[in-house]
Amino acid sequence: MSNVGLQEKADKRGRFGSFGGRFVPETLMNALLELEAGYREALADHAFQTELRRLLTEYSGRPTPLTLAENLTRSIGGAKIYLKREDLNHTGAHKINNTLGQGLLAKRMGKKKLIAETGAGQHGVASATVAALLGLECRVFMGEEDVRRQRLNVFRMELLGAEVVPVSSGTRTLKDATNEAIRHWVSHVEDTFYLIGSAVGPHPYPEMVKMFQRVIGDEARAQLLEREGRLPDEVIACVGGGSNAIGMFTAFLSDNKVRLTGVEAAGAGVDTDRHAATLTKGSPGVLHGSLSYLLQNEHGQVLPAHSISAGLDYPGVGPEHAYLKESGRVRYTTATDQEALVAVQTLCQQEGILPALESAHAIAEALKLAANRSHQDVVLVCLSGRGDKDVESIRQGLEGLHDESD
Amino acid sequence: MNRIDQAFQRYNDRYRLIPFITAGDPDAKTSLELIRLLDEEGVTAIELGVPFSDPLADGPVIQAASDRALAAGMNLRGVLKLAQQARQLGVQTPLILFTYYNPVLHYGVERLVAAAKEAGFDGFIIPDLPLEESEALDRMATDAELHLIPLVAPTSHERIRAIVSKRKGGFIYCVSSLGTTGIRQHFSDGVESFLDEVGSSSPVPIAVGFGISQPHHVEQMSKHADAVVVGSALVRLLESLGERLQQEESRAAALDEVRQMIRNLVGKKGRVTSGR
Ligand SMILES: Cc1ncc(COP(=O)(O)O)c(C=O)c1O
Repeated sequence: MSNVGLQEKADKRGRFGSFGGRFVPETLMNALLELEAGYREALADHAFQTELRRLLTEYSGRPTPLTLAENLTRSIGGAKIYLKREDLNHTGAHKINNTLGQGLLAKRMGKKKLIAETGAGQHGVASATVAALLGLECRVFMGEEDVRRQRLNVFRMELLGAEVVPVSSGTRTLKDATNEAIRHWVSHVEDTFYLIGSAVGPHPYPEMVKMFQRVIGDEARAQLLEREGRLPDEVIACVGGGSNAIGMFTAFLSDNKVRLTGVEAAGAGVDTDRHAATLTKGSPGVLHGSLSYLLQNEHGQVLPAHSISAGLDYPGVGPEHAYLKESGRVRYTTATDQEALVAVQTLCQQEGILPALESAHAIAEALKLAANRSHQDVVLVCLSGRGDKDVESIRQGLEGLHDESD
Repeated sequence: MNRIDQAFQRYNDRYRLIPFITAGDPDAKTSLELIRLLDEEGVTAIELGVPFSDPLADGPVIQAASDRALAAGMNLRGVLKLAQQARQLGVQTPLILFTYYNPVLHYGVERLVAAAKEAGFDGFIIPDLPLEESEALDRMATDAELHLIPLVAPTSHERIRAIVSKRKGGFIYCVSSLGTTGIRQHFSDGVESFLDEVGSSSPVPIAVGFGISQPHHVEQMSKHADAVVVGSALVRLLESLGERLQQEESRAAALDEVRQMIRNLVGKKGRVTSGR
């Protein structure tokens, strides 16, 4: 494994290796060029950076803590497990880091209307929150299936003053919410800012979202160095579109000895057709504006994804992850619905922490890995969000688990 | 010479119409009959749409057609076969393969260009493949004497020149307004000056599409463009004719309704094409 020449920024065409790019209707091209220019200016602007840092600190509660999972570590009897507590952010997940960044950028660019897509609802809630804070209008597209699964988050968005638009086309999940958001954007591109919720979409979104999320890994790296005087042996994060994972991994990409693992949702199992394991089982293709890995059939039609967690239930993945997979720098693996449910229970009972179902996939992998490691080893896990939103799905899921074992 | 270029050179005493249909909606057999009908009516070219699971440039009417065609088992290979059958039956009208990029990528860009040529296609329209991503395909298509038809939008502004300047054939597809495909009642005041702007910088003919459904739209747009694309309006008629198109005893009458719509849109023989 080597990172010699590993590319950390998209090139001029917005590519990470051969992945990325801009595959969108011509109507959107100038908006993307404008966004790229606006984003580069903002990054270079001291006032923008200061304001973003202030909001991350005073509004969202950063830095988030690094928690040593002591009971878990003791009960497993292997490597030390540290949790990066993105669940303690305002609104309950890492999504707020990115929405604060893009929201401020939208405002800086003079846009008054935000649109967003959401699966689990976390990005929708974070977008609605930032819209309320910054005085912007907000409309959130959400698949009907997810509206049903994440009713609480729908209510939260509405309470925050956002309009939630249920999407009934296709699989009625995140994929179709994203199609609908893009369609709306094409129609209203002149006054509307599309706040994409993960490290996906056309250039510059994947790179921009990573820049707004890298605070996760930068903080965790410094915190761990201070606590342990050393870098972790393993860093683990769940991968839906890949924003919390890229935010975590970026800080460690050039630390060759640190192993990086992304965990996708295996749903009912990667040998069934009910999973969301895009990098594990997919192949290169174009969806939602970029070239990356994709779940697709032999005719290039996009296949529906499945996961118990709405935030991982997506047949695509961010292009930088496709690049990191092919370069060999990051290992991508999977956890099933069942393994995620067991991980939720384990973390609740051992540590008193209720993780989001998405994050539970990363925990599941950590439980496996730590068991086979020595006491000297350190495993760092991104706990991307809290599980309050998932309580109903978890209850139903656990009932299903018990029924099966009866 | 490429059939598209021939079609634009021919003298025409009716409006130049480029109808769009989704291949396989409601089934392959009906699509073949529709191609023959459009050929008989003397349309300028036919856009044959490859159904796709995520047609993000399309509005509800064409999305639904895509779903029906996918359910009927249509795919890129089937669309290639359809064109081949049409050519074997003597269809002469230019055929344009309308597809999103992912099925192309999956089939293989080079392989698709060869297969499309072989099947009798004359060009491609790929709505999610902007200029910056289209270089390789454009080169291969040109080598095969096929045209990649570029799109320009009202938001293209200074991009127009870069998009149109190097075209050596085919036409420029001007998107009438912001948004997805679909039927519109009105067009913004800016559309005419937009078309004039593209027309004046384009070395090849220009066509306008998105939203056009009425004969008076065709008449109005034809003053500023060389051809007019009609998609959703036709697809919606096909949707409403659905089963009647598929059943032996009602097919002829249903096809006649389609024929009538096309005749209304292209205008009556003898009516003079004004403007360009
Ligand atoms: C808590 C949480 N973690 C992870 C994800 C997956 O997204 P990503 O892969 O972009 O981090 C989501 C998405 O909704 C989420 O809510």
